[in-house]
Amino acid sequence: MDLSFSKEDLAFRDEVREFLATSLPADVKDRCDRGLHPTKEGQIRWQKILNEKGWMAPNWPKEYGGTGWTITQKYIAAHEFGHAAAPIALPFGVSMVGPVIYTFGNQEQKDKYLPRILNSDDWWCQGYSEPGSGSDLASLQTRAVRDGDHYVVNGQKIWTSFAQNADMIFCLVRTDSNAKQQEGISFLLIDMKTPGITVKPIIGLDKEHSLNEVFFDDVRVPVENRIGEENKGWTYAKFLLGNERTGIARVARSKRQVERLREIASLERSGGRSLAEDQDFINKLTRIEVDLMSLEYTELRYLSMIANGKELTAEPSLLKIKGTEIQQRLTSLLVESLGMYGAPYEAERAYAGRNEAPVGPDYAHGPMAEHLYLRAATIYGGSNEIQRNIVSKMVLGL
Amino acid sequence: MDFELSDEQNMLKDSVERFVKDNYSPEARAKLADTELGFSKDHWKKMAELGWLGLPFSEEVGGFGGTAVETAIMMENMGSGLVLEPFLSTVVMGGGLVAEAGSQSQIEAIIPEVIEGNMMLAFAYAEPQSRFDLNDVETRAAKSGDGYVLNGHKSVVYHAATADKIIVSARTRGGSRDEDGISLFIVDNDTSGLSRRDYRTIDGQRASDIKLEDVKVGSDALLGQEGKGLPVMRSVVDRTIAALCAEAVGAMRTANNITNEYIKERKQFGTPIGKFQVLQHRMVDMYMEAEQSKSMSDMLAMKLELDDEGERRKAVSAAKAQIGQASKFIGEQSIQLHGGMGMTDEYSIGHYFKRLTTIEMLFGNTDYHFKQYAALAS
Repeated sequence: MDLSFSKEDLAFRDEVREFLATSLPADVKDRCDRGLHPTKEGQIRWQKILNEKGWMAPNWPKEYGGTGWTITQKYIAAHEFGHAAAPIALPFGVSMVGPVIYTFGNQEQKDKYLPRILNSDDWWCQGYSEPGSGSDLASLQTRAVRDGDHYVVNGQKIWTSFAQNADMIFCLVRTDSNAKQQEGISFLLIDMKTPGITVKPIIGLDKEHSLNEVFFDDVRVPVENRIGEENKGWTYAKFLLGNERTGIARVARSKRQVERLREIASLERSGGRSLAEDQDFINKLTRIEVDLMSLEYTELRYLSMIANGKELTAEPSLLKIKGTEIQQRLTSLLVESLGMYGAPYEAERAYAGRNEAPVGPDYAHGPMAEHLYLRAATIYGGSNEIQRNIVSKMVLGL
Repeated sequence: MDFELSDEQNMLKDSVERFVKDNYSPEARAKLADTELGFSKDHWKKMAELGWLGLPFSEEVGGFGGTAVETAIMMENMGSGLVLEPFLSTVVMGGGLVAEAGSQSQIEAIIPEVIEGNMMLAFAYAEPQSRFDLNDVETRAAKSGDGYVLNGHKSVVYHAATADKIIVSARTRGGSRDEDGISLFIVDNDTSGLSRRDYRTIDGQRASDIKLEDVKVGSDALLGQEGKGLPVMRSVVDRTIAALCAEAVGAMRTANNITNEYIKERKQFGTPIGKFQVLQHRMVDMYMEAEQSKSMSDMLAMKLELDDEGERRKAVSAAKAQIGQASKFIGEQSIQLHGGMGMTDEYSIGHYFKRLTTIEMLFGNTDYHFKQYAALAS
């Protein structure tokens, strides 16, 4: 057991710091630090910078363009990215469909899609949830019927984040209605420009447009766009969800949120003193910090187990549950720290045509948007209640 | 960065696990806890033979040269069986203080005897008014001729009755809460003027309140520099907290296993109660607390070996706060999930609950360590 950093690790940390100090665009950093959604242009610009550095896909095997970092290096990089408010790459391409393609895809699919993911040439979105299939994902109804070299897809997906920006969607579709639920599903990669696809915005609690409905009306998808075998899609879907849960703890971002809370509290007043000296505030923040430390070392311990060849079962569900709970406690406390200036809030586009800044101190621009948006954190990626069901079954055998 | 055990560490773990399996069935433990002594001299001898009592001491004095990680491995696995022998009091605390601050002759006189299993120690630091503050010391040590005269009241001194020597903190100068002016003394248990009220604690262990009335000790009883005892106490208490955290991890894991098995078997409404989602989610919450406690305990053991004092003290308080919280939650919920069975003295789960309850309060409870952490972090 050893927690120390080697000389090489420290040199690596300096390299990451140097890179972020010189290469992270100020506008991208500012949005990320405030907790606002990235703009499409800003996110792609930043991801192309990451790819140029070769750092787009730290978790991919080296042969497909991964960094080959040790777990210590990954930890250092994540920590530095979080501290510098550098956005992580959007998960849909690099963290979700990418690993499915290099694990289950054929050579042509790997050659075609992986470089485009790395260079952010395609913006991916995730076609999993449907109006009738949330936590019970395997009940999905979107149908794909074989017609020669094509599947004809009909149905509807919902809660599709940033589908309005997307070039590609990876979709779970039903290819066999007679089989058991999980056994009749296939995994398709679909070009969003294909005729018959309609994207309809859903305006969220935060008054922003990040969610969508996606409708499929006789959409013809080439059979070559299917990952792996027909009717084996559930296997790939579960693999993807497992991957999704490991990154979902967002420890480094939460550590930055703790710093922001301290910054804001030092500027806010409470009872004639700095909010940073208010015992109730300190107590809340301290409890979050200690829980965050527990999460951080649990994630490291699991990464260490993986690096030493041990198999995890449902342990990553813990990271999802605790990580999202902490994210929500942080944004909730951020909003609290603003006092009355938590109340004035409008969507960003409301300011587009006006020559005025949002109401209140500069740091009040962001926390409420993020607080509202992140109520979804305990719902998406398998709700926290579903995660508890998974741990109960897989780990505890109940 | 690595959380895996080395081959030697795995051997140590296996050997402690075997000891617990062979000697600490719930029935055997209950019997032992009820004896006059409260633990077994034979077990102590066995621990000496296995080299465990020399675990944290340097090789020069005949020890194993282990780090806080080895101590944690040992404590975690002893925690699984709620082991009663005074390893913490004698080896980690008493031996730790002597090894850290003792003169050559003190070390030579005490440490090899501890390692051999011939000498037991206790650490009397708390006082009725001090709560968890190590610097709050009203016991006085007045210089008298070649030695000192001690007067004061020390509270809840674990394993004092069976200790050959008791290490006492006493003030040689300054006000009762000053950080400077605290000295440590090695006092023989049979010294005239030292009286004990011995009692049992809820965790099946033994402790005493100690009155010191004109207790005369020689200058050779002084452990470390006069007036400079606090940093030594802090350092050893940090190690003790790490050891306790590890013990709690073992106890929590076993409490969870016992409870998990119970809810699989106990039937109500024609089905095992573990099939009810409300209990499943509770059990998952208990599991998650135990997992995070394990991470914090491992983290602390590793960080104790790092030089940065600020980082070290933050790690101590964060781990103790988190593990204190988890200990209470798991202990209390284990009883709840057992229903009426959890209320009996006969069934093992209550004993885990009680030890976890005392671990939460020893060396600073959860609230205390949150405050410490907040002060260090700001």
